[in-house]
Amino acid sequence: MGEEIDDEPETDGGIRAYTVRLELVDEPGELLRALAPIADNGGNLLSIHHERGNITPRGHIPVEVDLECPPDRFDAVVDGLRDAGVNVIQAGAERYGEEVSVVLVGHLVETDLSETLEAIEADAAAAVVDLSLAAPDGVDAVSSARLRLAVDSGRVEDAIAAVRSIADERDLSVVEPLPGGDA
Amino acid sequence: MRLAVLGAGAVGRSVAELAGEYGHEVVALADSRHATVDADGIDVSSALERKDAGDALGSATPEELFETDYDVLVEATPTTLGDAEPGFSHVRRALEDDRHAVLANKGPVAERYEELRDLEHESAGSIRFEATVGGAIPILSTIEDSTPEAVTAVRGVLNGTANFILTRMAAEGLDYEHVLSEAQDLGVAEADPTFDVDGTDAALKFVILANVLADGGFSLEDADVTGIQNVPGSALELAAEDGRTIRLIGEATRDGVRVGPRLVPENGALAVTGTRNIVQIETRHAGSLHNSGRGAGGPETATAVLSDVGRLPPL
Ligand SMILES: NC(=O)c1ccc[n+]([C@@H]2O[C@H](COP(=O)([O-])OP(=O)(O)OC[C@H]3O[C@@H](n4cnc5c(N)ncnc54)[C@H](OP(=O)(O)O)[C@@H]3O)[C@@H](O)[C@H]2O)c1
Repeated sequence: MGEEIDDEPETDGGIRAYTVRLELVDEPGELLRALAPIADNGGNLLSIHHERGNITPRGHIPVEVDLECPPDRFDAVVDGLRDAGVNVIQAGAERYGEEVSVVLVGHLVETDLSETLEAIEADAAAAVVDLSLAAPDGVDAVSSARLRLAVDSGRVEDAIAAVRSIADERDLSVVEPLPGGDA
Repeated sequence: MRLAVLGAGAVGRSVAELAGEYGHEVVALADSRHATVDADGIDVSSALERKDAGDALGSATPEELFETDYDVLVEATPTTLGDAEPGFSHVRRALEDDRHAVLANKGPVAERYEELRDLEHESAGSIRFEATVGGAIPILSTIEDSTPEAVTAVRGVLNGTANFILTRMAAEGLDYEHVLSEAQDLGVAEADPTFDVDGTDAALKFVILANVLADGGFSLEDADVTGIQNVPGSALELAAEDGRTIRLIGEATRDGVRVGPRLVPENGALAVTGTRNIVQIETRHAGSLHNSGRGAGGPETATAVLSDVGRLPPL
């Protein structure tokens, strides 16, 4: 990830561009409210990708915001967003945001998969960014689901522990990734 | 060195057969009921021929093995859990008699590590147990060479049967039961594969590794173990769509032992195929080392036993 920092477009005077991923409730005025803390904290909004068609399992709309600010202001921008109650999924790939995959196995449909996903998003402080379900023997049998989760850096272990306990409650098993095993 | 080999199964007989090539002499060989003992060196092949023909290995009792003049006891009787008997008592007896002991038997080093080290402390002899972890692969000696203090974690695949099953399931899209019976037909899985597929065998090895890293403190009871019995083919399929696969991975650190099915990159080092084993040794100063090879088999395991014998100091 260290290399990615060098690829970031950099402007004169030490201003740097960042991408922040947010999740917004689909309500009028929500976008404006969400973006106010950016300017309030010295950031400059560059562009907004509002992916309306793409709704998260919790019914929220993912939004990608490009902004620029001096590097030492960026933390304040992100904190400002969080203080305003905005769900920040990923903020500047070099500092925040890791993606991890887990596979859940068990009676996924019977135990209400969407409720399981909601619990994960709530308790694991993670966003389910991708979901694949394989139920070759029908929905009544054991099936598997692969979830890709976006998690704050440094919180991966916590998020996985939360996924594990949510799965335990529902008698599902989790095939976890192996941190450090990629080397 | 003069070897007394206890156990004449896959490992014990290979040790006895290969000892000469390594410059050692076998003065006793025993199975559960009989022994053959000769201070000038036993005739290994005729003893094994007798055993293969259904006769006694020799006219001595296993007890007489301990009474011979030997330098190293090779403990290759079945691995048992809990009190790790009778293996533990065999090793204790050797140490109390001021002899060395080299173990292939995982039980005593996984379940009663501190007691063994205490006995070793009081003895002129010492213990070695490379063969208990990963068959032919030099793992404990690699850790010893890097010094255990400089090793932060050991991760990897140390059960060939489970790895074979997961590899076949992923490659052929077959389910667990199907591949297991295929593995049994091929002789890769035993008639009772419980300890291989439920993670116990791998856990014993990672418990031994944790004991080496932390200088004791762990037994099987302390390990968090999940097997592969409940991994469906669909989970492997989903993993593959994402460039990953599932392997039964163990982890040993000074903080604990964990064994379970984990997602690993499909082309990553730990995703070995078939019955192959691998460990990643994470070091403080030298990054990660990977040792891979055959983790089981009579001659393979015997080479680990015999290199241990070669590392022992003269008594
Ligand atoms: N096979 C491998 O690849 C491998 C790899 C690493 C470690 N190990 C470990 O090495 C040990 C031996 O494995 P193996 O595959 O050779 O097992 P095995 O084929 O089952 O042989 C066990 C041998 O031990 C003998 N035995 C049982 N109880 C005894 C007793 N009380 N006193 C003396 N001999 C006794 C048996 O006698 P009988 O012949 O009379 O039954 C047999 O000859 C096990 O602890 C195993 O976990 C094996």
